[in-house]
Amino acid sequence: MSSKSFKIRKGLNIRLQGEADKVYATADPSETYAIKPPDFHGLVPKMMVKVGEEVKAGSPIFHDKYNPKIIYTAPVSGEVVEIKRGEKRRILEVKILADKETQYETFKQANPTDLSREDIIDALLQSGLWPFIRQRPLAVVANPEEMPKSIFISAFDSSPLAPDNDFVLHGHGEEFQAGLDAVAKLTTGKVHLNVRAGQGSSKVFTNSKNVQVNSFAGPHPAGNVGVQIHHADPINKGEVVWYLYPQDVLAIGRFFQQGKLDLSRVIALTGSEVKHPKYYKTVVGASIKNLVAGNVEDGNLRYISGSPLTGTSIDAEGYIGFYDTQATVLPEGDEYKFVATKGWMGPGFDKFSASRTFPTWMMPKSKKWRLDTNTNGEERAFVMTGQYDKVFPFDIYPVQLIKSIMINDIEEMENLGIYEVAPEDFALCEYVCTSKINVQKVVRDGLDVIKEECM
Amino acid sequence: MKFLRKIFDNLKEKHGDKKFYPLIDAVDTFAFTPNHTTKLGSHIRDGVDLKRTMMMVIMALVPCLLFGMWNVGHQHYIATGQVGMDAPLMDEFMGKFLYGAIRVLPLVIVSYASGLAIEFVFCIKNGHSIQEGFLVSGMLIPLIMPVDVPLWMVAVSTIFAVLIGKEVFGGTGMNILNVALTSRAFLFFAYPTKMSGNAVWIPTEGMATVDGYTGETALGKLATAVGKPVGDPSTSEMIQSNFAEGGIFDLHNSILGTIPGSIGETSVIAILLGAVFLLWVGVASWRVMVSMFAGGFAMAAIFNAFAVNEFMALDPLHQLMIGGFMFGMVFMATDPVTAAQTNTGKIIYGFFCGFFGIMIRVFNPAYPEGIMLAILFMNVMAPLIDHYVIQANVKRRQKRLKAAAAAAS
Repeated sequence: MSSKSFKIRKGLNIRLQGEADKVYATADPSETYAIKPPDFHGLVPKMMVKVGEEVKAGSPIFHDKYNPKIIYTAPVSGEVVEIKRGEKRRILEVKILADKETQYETFKQANPTDLSREDIIDALLQSGLWPFIRQRPLAVVANPEEMPKSIFISAFDSSPLAPDNDFVLHGHGEEFQAGLDAVAKLTTGKVHLNVRAGQGSSKVFTNSKNVQVNSFAGPHPAGNVGVQIHHADPINKGEVVWYLYPQDVLAIGRFFQQGKLDLSRVIALTGSEVKHPKYYKTVVGASIKNLVAGNVEDGNLRYISGSPLTGTSIDAEGYIGFYDTQATVLPEGDEYKFVATKGWMGPGFDKFSASRTFPTWMMPKSKKWRLDTNTNGEERAFVMTGQYDKVFPFDIYPVQLIKSIMINDIEEMENLGIYEVAPEDFALCEYVCTSKINVQKVVRDGLDVIKEECM
Repeated sequence: MKFLRKIFDNLKEKHGDKKFYPLIDAVDTFAFTPNHTTKLGSHIRDGVDLKRTMMMVIMALVPCLLFGMWNVGHQHYIATGQVGMDAPLMDEFMGKFLYGAIRVLPLVIVSYASGLAIEFVFCIKNGHSIQEGFLVSGMLIPLIMPVDVPLWMVAVSTIFAVLIGKEVFGGTGMNILNVALTSRAFLFFAYPTKMSGNAVWIPTEGMATVDGYTGETALGKLATAVGKPVGDPSTSEMIQSNFAEGGIFDLHNSILGTIPGSIGETSVIAILLGAVFLLWVGVASWRVMVSMFAGGFAMAAIFNAFAVNEFMALDPLHQLMIGGFMFGMVFMATDPVTAAQTNTGKIIYGFFCGFFGIMIRVFNPAYPEGIMLAILFMNVMAPLIDHYVIQANVKRRQKRLKAAAAAAS
């Protein structure tokens, strides 16, 4: 299929210390695994197993209360040891104590090109692979009843410290193609596989068949699927686009080739506080406990499942999220900074900023930063303007959209383009915000309202 | 610093839930960036915050402030004959500067004290933390005052501006009108007898002025030419002698700033130093500055081409170098809260600030500070400009939706 190339001009690459070396390190496999319902926004899980039950990889754990067809399965075999609940008895984690040798549920082996759309959807639903397929608008698990106008796969992740998919997928061309063949059946429109321009992306991507390979140039968030959709096939009200990520496609391909649910996943352990940032071969839902043990610097640390911009806080023995391919360890910044030395009147040689109010913007681009989790200031009303626009490569007015959400004006949200965005698209806006407004939360709230009222 | 930290920690513990907590918190966050860490969303955040941003603007104002102090002394020395009109500028440098500092600093102190007092009252009343907006307003207000304004008037106008101009709208970030300009406009309309005339610009303190010295500003002089045709003998010669090469208000002096006027507005060089700094650190919008200059120049050029009096006939560039035009362009129109917020909107907004500024100044010489009124007017218009800019974006999206619907059916 014909390919297109796009150039993204707005954005920001935050250059952090602790990028993973392109080698696989070994660590003891995780003893326990967890599926975390909060990873799936808006999901109300209905448990299908009890504590103490034995499950195999691919056995159902819970399903969506409002859409029982969508089931969530165990990534490994073993015993369900804990159902961790939070406020209002909301289920936070379902923990499985893994067997030494993984037992797999058996599914039908097939060549996806021979299957119909319905067969593929059924197979994905039964195996628990379906939740990998998400939809825009809303950025939630796709509804199998709908027909997407196109499907997007971002082959590269441009966020800070992100894993390199060219490295991760090296040598997995066949499984990846099988996955693409299955995905391609799900839409009557195109499947867009978007690679980074000019970097000699892996042949796994560039040789892919059955898809349209587009190239995107530019800084983060060029790798965000939302940006790619906006430029290649923008969403109008009433339309749906599905999207997934390369390792998810790989899992789907493996499933059809082998007839079992093998949720092997490569994780990049990154961040300035990791002594040896490297790649690890794990399984979805693994704990970071064995990866970080003895491998991190001293001090008060923040463990993140995902990227520093969009990830979720976990503890040192926490579990990597369903969609995450990266774990990051950063220093906590819970210290006071005196005004004239390290505070707002200080010279600021230690501060990385997208603005030019610190002299560091004149430093060479090769300099990498050790950023902590301090907010570097308090929350304020919107004062500065034009700041979000510089890192927001959409034909959308970000501040105006945020304000329309804040005042809960649904018509205005629709007019200003809320169907095209997800919280992650605003992560850089949130990062650069002088007023320290939690923009991603606002966007999520807005999408919740839209889901309630308009979809 | 641990010692200081301990004091704050103790104070906060003691007054944690009491009325004056916002006050303590304000002083604490002034001295220490708090230990807050990210709880939601992005785990890392940019180094910049509102305090840093505001500090950049204050730094940009320093050249204007320092030059203003010197110029206040300079004008005083000339007016009272302590130095001759043609004496080198550097004569009595320290004397001039110190005299000016003694006259200007009280204005700065009164402006900050009265404005911050209101801010604190509202923060305590509403129980929220102090926002930094007034750090800049408090410095801008004295710089756009005539030096001889009574301190109580500064206090009253500052309080009015903060109260009516800002707090009633919800505080920093919510105001429609530029706070500093609101205070100046209040002063202008509330005390017209004090604010018009010539005496207010030069502090003579009762000392006799030298013969022929009026203390008039450039705009005051030009205003006398309105209503009289170009070449009218009663004005032409006076304008020529003042504004042509070698006059008090010639282009050279207007740019250098050695002329009577509000404290911070006279020196184009000092203002441009501030402008370069603001653009260098990326705090102010170049779009507003450039388009406002273009708008002012366009209007001045039109007047120049169709001049019916000596004011209109003034060279366009010279027109922009006198009065508050440059100061307004760099420090007032660029206020992000009251300017247009969209990039396209900023260009339109800036252009009309300049365009109307010169128009009001020349057509209505009773309001020599036309720039101030034009910027205030455009502050009010800015949301409307943004509305139309955003509607264009909305229309684009709706058109795409229609096209998609048509293709589907």
